[in-house]
Amino acid sequence: MSSISCHNLCKTFRQGDEVITALDRVCLDIDEGEFVCLSGPSGSGKTTLLNAVGALDSPDSGAITVGGRRVDNLSRSAQADMRLHHIGFVFQAFNLIPVLSARENVEFVMQVQGVPAARRRQVADQVLAEVGMAGLERRRPAQLSGGQQQRVAVARAIASKPALVLADEPTANLDSSSAAQLMDLFVTLNAERGITFVISTHDARVMAYAGRLIKMRDGMIVADEPQQPRAMGA
Amino acid sequence: MRRVVPVLAILAWRNLWRNYRRTLIMLLAIGLGVWAMIFMAAVMRGMTDEMVRNGLHTLPGEVQIHQRDYRRDPSVVNSMAPPSGALLQALQQPPVVAWAARVRVPAVLASERGSRGVTLLGVDPQAEAPLGSLPQELVAGRFLSGADDRGLVLGASLARRLETGLGKRVVIMSQDPHNNVADRGARVVGIYRARLSGTEERFLYAGRSVVQDMLGMGGAVSEVAASAGDYRHVAAWYPRIAAAAGADLEVVSWTELDPFLDTMLGVQDGFSLVFMVVIFLALSFGLINTLVMAVFERIREIGLMQALGMRPRLILAQILLESLFLLVLGLAAGNLLALLSIVPLESGIDISGVALGMEMMGMGNTLYPVLALRDMLMSTGVVVTLGLLASLLPAWRAARLDPVRALNTT
Repeated sequence: MSSISCHNLCKTFRQGDEVITALDRVCLDIDEGEFVCLSGPSGSGKTTLLNAVGALDSPDSGAITVGGRRVDNLSRSAQADMRLHHIGFVFQAFNLIPVLSARENVEFVMQVQGVPAARRRQVADQVLAEVGMAGLERRRPAQLSGGQQQRVAVARAIASKPALVLADEPTANLDSSSAAQLMDLFVTLNAERGITFVISTHDARVMAYAGRLIKMRDGMIVADEPQQPRAMGA
Repeated sequence: MRRVVPVLAILAWRNLWRNYRRTLIMLLAIGLGVWAMIFMAAVMRGMTDEMVRNGLHTLPGEVQIHQRDYRRDPSVVNSMAPPSGALLQALQQPPVVAWAARVRVPAVLASERGSRGVTLLGVDPQAEAPLGSLPQELVAGRFLSGADDRGLVLGASLARRLETGLGKRVVIMSQDPHNNVADRGARVVGIYRARLSGTEERFLYAGRSVVQDMLGMGGAVSEVAASAGDYRHVAAWYPRIAAAAGADLEVVSWTELDPFLDTMLGVQDGFSLVFMVVIFLALSFGLINTLVMAVFERIREIGLMQALGMRPRLILAQILLESLFLLVLGLAAGNLLALLSIVPLESGIDISGVALGMEMMGMGNTLYPVLALRDMLMSTGVVVTLGLLASLLPAWRAARLDPVRALNTT
């Protein structure tokens, strides 16, 4: 069964007098448990596609199904519920709420979901330990390095056990060592938990971790090929 | 929604202190605004209270019982028998705490230098004292020792106008029940000072029995005055007195005797409310500005929370909660400030510099601010209600942010 299904997605933006085509008749199916990288130069439509799949943005036309549910025609509140319960997000930067500690950031989504406090705390500590952040639970984002902040963001993304994690340029602001550690973490979570990962990047080292590489240009998918993923820590 | 309130409260509280200087300035503004609301209401309440008390002191008594025609023609002709039977029983029971029967007739007081029209009060000092209707301050001599005291006590202003003084003899003239002039000479045994010089010029005190003898009215009196201690609650008990008095007598409360004073009390709350709303409208611009800035600085954060699945109404609730915290802290500061500044002034503020103007409003030389719980509650209601209404705009704008645009804001 497909985890994500996109059919004929089109999206344009207006920039002054110019109309920019961000997505041009994109069709795509991603199965459960896949580890997919969207690659392409800036402006190729990676982030727009990710936002559309993540119910953050609606396409001008076309249909998107995530986990069997249409997400392209939902109301704002229904989109929010979809993101809350079914999708984990990791962004390039500004991933954490500055006034909350690492643990509180991880608990945030669960708290909005209404998970009881004791259970929240237990899960938060568990996933923070899983991403290598044990002992740093009480630190605020400003007291963490960029790599550590991304790990907390990953912990938050997986804490509520979503079937799908979308990551938009997650390593763009990290040094190569932190980036490799983060990608290893993604691979581990994909392998152990069966979470579907869709990562947009233009970093060739990140693409190497994916089992499937989708290349985009000018809003279109120009290549979609399976590949042998790089071994962890290699 | 209830399950999310704790995290919204944590976010709102911590966000409030991210820019603590701005928060403190806003708190100072709200605190001072609330203080101004309560202080002004306390002064206005003190003024109204003073006007009512002075008015009651002049009436005097919260409830008066008269012969039916007395108010139309307050002469000795319209006198009544002293209370007896059911009326006496009602006057001797709670909530009535004091009552007195008095003679109250128009009269002329003449000295060797002049004469003036006055209201002659024939009183029993022992019965009048608990009513608080006797002069509070004697500047010379003594007050009447009893209902049969043959002396006179007059106000300082009246003594000055008639160029008379302590120990001098004066003549009182009035009409007896047969419309003949009744007069007698008496010696001034005391001179009193009142809060209002008008009171000093108007009221002249003599022993009740002496006045009754002079006017040939036997044991009859002009009126019976009663008090239950607090003029505000008169409506609750005076119908019982009226029922006991029977149809031949008229029982009226002070609100009927002086509708102006009653109206003053009625409009007091209205004035306070309008004043509070005006102050807060000025404050609300600062509050809106603070929240707009707070939202503007956190657009990406709000976008992140939306991306994570926070519904727009939760974003709205968080901003409103932030505003509520600010308002509640400002209210606490303002109320505390009001408490600390008004309580020491409750013993009185000297306003003798504007005494003449104040007297026209029925006030004395001293203003007694009254810190009332209802004013504090009213200011709280105004600040919270209008504050949250003013906060709706920035909160609504935050809730309507597009998450993609918000996340891409630099």
